[in-house]
Amino acid sequence: MKGLLRSMGVTLSAFMRKPVTREFPETHRELPERDRAFPLLLWDFEQTEPFCTGCHACERACPVECMTVLMKDNPNHKSAGGDSTRRKIIDKFWIDYGRCMRCNICVEVCNFDAIAMNNTWSGHEMSVYDRADLVQDLPQLLSESRGGELKAWRAP
Amino acid sequence: MTTTTPGQEFETQDLMINMGPQHPATHGVFRMVLQVDGEIVRDLIPHIGYMHRGAEKLAETMDFRQGIGYMDRTEYLAQFNAELSYVMAVEKLAGLEVPERAQWIRMILCELNRLSSHFMFTGAFGTDIGVFGTAFVYSFRERETILDLFEEITGDRLMYAYFRPGGLAWEVTDNFERRVGEVLKSARQGIKDMDGLLTENEIFRARTQNIGIISAADAIDWGCTGPVLRASGVPLDLRKTEPYLRYAEVDFDVPVGQVGDTYDRWLVRIEEMRQSVRIIEQCMAKLQPGPIMPERMPRMLRTPPGEVYLRTEAPRGEFGVYMVSKGGNRPHRLKVRSSCFANLQALKDMAIGSYVADAVAILGSLDIVLCEVDR
Repeated sequence: MKGLLRSMGVTLSAFMRKPVTREFPETHRELPERDRAFPLLLWDFEQTEPFCTGCHACERACPVECMTVLMKDNPNHKSAGGDSTRRKIIDKFWIDYGRCMRCNICVEVCNFDAIAMNNTWSGHEMSVYDRADLVQDLPQLLSESRGGELKAWRAP
Repeated sequence: MTTTTPGQEFETQDLMINMGPQHPATHGVFRMVLQVDGEIVRDLIPHIGYMHRGAEKLAETMDFRQGIGYMDRTEYLAQFNAELSYVMAVEKLAGLEVPERAQWIRMILCELNRLSSHFMFTGAFGTDIGVFGTAFVYSFRERETILDLFEEITGDRLMYAYFRPGGLAWEVTDNFERRVGEVLKSARQGIKDMDGLLTENEIFRARTQNIGIISAADAIDWGCTGPVLRASGVPLDLRKTEPYLRYAEVDFDVPVGQVGDTYDRWLVRIEEMRQSVRIIEQCMAKLQPGPIMPERMPRMLRTPPGEVYLRTEAPRGEFGVYMVSKGGNRPHRLKVRSSCFANLQALKDMAIGSYVADAVAILGSLDIVLCEVDR
């Protein structure tokens, strides 16, 4: 009987505590700065083009091979009469979010700081009816950064 | 004149019933076929392999950094401990020296992970016994605070991929010490809650005491490790017997049980949680600023040929990684010695002769992770 009463005491004390739950779809908790959702490409506002040069480093390092990268000559390069310093630039980029295992390796191997993990809620709430819709192309990957909402975190 | 005892007029036949793989009490996709005589289990045939993904074989196609992510998914309740075995095996092969600060942080995270894993056990075990809800939500509340800390440090709530051969992927947050203090405070409260909620509860004791007894000799024969073995009275803890990281420099006790029943396994885990809190406090006192990776790490780590077996004490027992390298940047062969797999073998011995409802309690007390059993 004593043990039962002690159990009841624990349950009663829980009434006094503040609730830890949250009504999820209506209210969101604040995500930590380092939160890793899915990889995104970053937009270079100074030269108005993506940072990515299409060097395939992330594609080679990806453990699940969820990336496809195609590179092209930069039409905006200085030699072509433009004002960009990038000789090569990304042409097409796909990431299959259905395969990605969010290991952060692509961010670590990037030589141009062109890719980062999404640390906003948009990276978590992205359910779709068709798996093919999880394959993101270049405009989709850039949109978050181009809109200026993404404050990417980089390992110190 | 013939006399018959009531109930003996007819021949009875044992009944084969199927339990799982989609059964809430099997902790994943584990199927057991029970041969029952009324309510008594006469035989138990376990079927595993529903969660087999070939993680070991996959890791052979990955370089040493890529393989870390697969170790997380092998043991999804004690990810840091699984990563630790893997990266320590690589370090042993490559002869890397891990900086002191990285070792202390690894220890803190592994012990926190042990806490979160045991909180998961206390909750799930309560549900198995029939304390539905209460124990589960209480322990999950405490587990959440630990996962929040992990998320702040590593960025992910479950699949951390934070340890690297040689050290850590990046530095912990600036407020690490304060946050660990907060988490420990709530964990202490959580341990007290779980202890008060169930340990002395008469109904809980009636359901767990003298159920699923395994003797020390049998437990050793079956290859049990971790809390299952210690509950039978064998004080084998790899942190004590063959210390890795800095466990030799901290002071902690190894709790052992006396009977080896389901209740002892519960008691051992509750006490282990208290010891983990003690270890983390000592680690925090010894944490000094410093590098977290060795100087001059190559961009792509390559190891000399050789083979190595490295084992650490994960929350469920000995988590070993056997790695063969033929040189190059990936293992030639990787084998994970799963603690859950060995512990699960003893289930048949424990469950035969008990009631069907007790078989569920026994399975719960083994605290298996099916992803680790099947790999």
